[in-house]
Amino acid sequence: MEIFIQQLINGIALGSIYALIALGYTMVYGIIKLINFAHGDIYMVGAFVAFFMISIFDMPFSIALLVAMAACALLGMIIERVAYKPLRNQDRLTALITAIGVSFFLEYTMIYLVKPDPRAFPASFQLHNFHIGNIVISSKDLIIFAISLGLMLLLTYVVNRTKTGKSMRAVSYDSEAAQLMGIDVNKTISATFALGSALAAAAGVLVGMYYGQIEPLMGIMPGLKAFIAAVIGGIGIIPGAAFGGLILGVTESLVSGAGYSMLRDAVAFIILIIILIVKPTGLMGKNVKEKV
Amino acid sequence: MNNKKQGNSFLKRNALSLIVAVILVAVYLGLHFWIAGFEIGGTRYKLNNYYTLNLYLMGMNIILAVSLNLVCGITGQLALGHAGFMAVGAYLSAILTVKFGMPFIVAILAAGLAAAIMGFLIGLPTLRLKGDYLAIATLGMAEIIRVLLINIDYVGGASGFSPIPKLTNWTWIFVATVGTVLFAKNFINSTYGRACISIREDEIAAETMGINSTRYKTLAFCLGAFFAGVAGALYAHNFYIIQPNVFNFFKSFEYLVMVVLGGLGSITGSILAASGLTIVNVGLQKVPEVRMILYSIVLIAVMLFRPGGIMGRKELSFSSFKSKKERGKERGTSGN
Repeated sequence: MEIFIQQLINGIALGSIYALIALGYTMVYGIIKLINFAHGDIYMVGAFVAFFMISIFDMPFSIALLVAMAACALLGMIIERVAYKPLRNQDRLTALITAIGVSFFLEYTMIYLVKPDPRAFPASFQLHNFHIGNIVISSKDLIIFAISLGLMLLLTYVVNRTKTGKSMRAVSYDSEAAQLMGIDVNKTISATFALGSALAAAAGVLVGMYYGQIEPLMGIMPGLKAFIAAVIGGIGIIPGAAFGGLILGVTESLVSGAGYSMLRDAVAFIILIIILIVKPTGLMGKNVKEKV
Repeated sequence: MNNKKQGNSFLKRNALSLIVAVILVAVYLGLHFWIAGFEIGGTRYKLNNYYTLNLYLMGMNIILAVSLNLVCGITGQLALGHAGFMAVGAYLSAILTVKFGMPFIVAILAAGLAAAIMGFLIGLPTLRLKGDYLAIATLGMAEIIRVLLINIDYVGGASGFSPIPKLTNWTWIFVATVGTVLFAKNFINSTYGRACISIREDEIAAETMGINSTRYKTLAFCLGAFFAGVAGALYAHNFYIIQPNVFNFFKSFEYLVMVVLGGLGSITGSILAASGLTIVNVGLQKVPEVRMILYSIVLIAVMLFRPGGIMGRKELSFSSFKSKKERGKERGTSGN
């Protein structure tokens, strides 16, 4: 039982990271119907930016986190402008292949620049372990949980209460009609990419802090997992992404806790395939009739 | 008069096939002797081992690119798990030859069949999904295969399966490559191929015309998987060892680049791109990161500036070398 609860806590920490990345996926998908394969690599870039900020400029963790988020927001907007915008009217296969290309470009440019070896992420604050019976909750878990929760609440506020959020919802509902109502679609899409990328960067920094290690290919698996999380919750639905992330994180921790850690990645994909077969629109999705 | 004309064109058509056959045999024999080594006037000519290996790889890459093109280009379904099918073929064929002492031909066919069955099992449920979901489901399938292989001790786990006898030779590569290309060409021109193309163009319209889209998509998927399995068997028996991690997402990506670069839907495009990229790979062997950066830039640039790839959906054929006037004349006579 204690092991179970311990794994549950680890799972929630891991799950909130998946949720942060999944939110970006789902927002981008909701607005331009593109699986942004490069999203996981933006997360990696975020971790590296924070790494260099802390180790070279000796910044405190919180400032480094903000710098990384800002840098990745910019990167996300540039990627959208250069690679995705010219393809907006092409078929989706073209855009998807481009996204894969961007993903590999980021990974291998990073390998070229910083070498493929893993690097130790500097520990920037004191660790405390809180003991409740035999269960250990480290301050890392709490920080991850608090920051993710805060960012998610912030995102909810932005999407539901601000003008940008309103135009994002309008564009995702019907981009042509939104344009006719005077919404600048290009600006809105840029804003979506910026927001999503900033969240991914935050996740990257948190993972660097949590595991104490970063490397240029670290984005692939979490990127795919976050996509799975988005699909579980129903792609394009913001609360769904957070929910899916938590489910996936907890499941993975439980599988590892049961002694099958080698099969962890396979389990995530099996969940994906089952969800796709049983309920392709995700747990929170509604069935949409296809228009001819 | 009419009869004579028909007879002429019949002869012409056969002459064309004959020319192709002669060229193929010449290429086969020429390279066969070059690989084995021969002597003219005291000088010895022999293709060195490194180039021979890359020639073999070129053949395998052509098989994989052409077979992936059946799924991505002809049927319009983005599949990202081609390396997974290759892994199934490679491992099964290696088990058959090493542990059960089967002849190579049995191992190759079994590898293809196993991959095709795998393709059927994964294809039937997931092919109902649209574009992007299918891409992720196939990617997931390939990852599951890889993770499972890592965890199976019977085939060596993560450290790989060895020793595998080197049974792949030029004859096998040549026969498999030419066989795949001829099959793909005939498939496209068959009723099945036409149905697949109609699904690519507009799935809903195709279904309205009475085409069972799931059936044809699954068929194309299984055929693609079959040839990937065959290529996997050739791959396994060309190297001493196979490791699960060789067949990862990057491998699938390489074949996708070949197909996209050559042109989604063009068999000759796939052949050109697969051969060309194999040669580029040889040149960039020493700098793998630069190779991948180059690959991704090529992919993005092709998508942005020439989304159809080098060849678009066209095929390179003998008639495309003739002048426009001649082609017009030909069309005129055949129309009479």
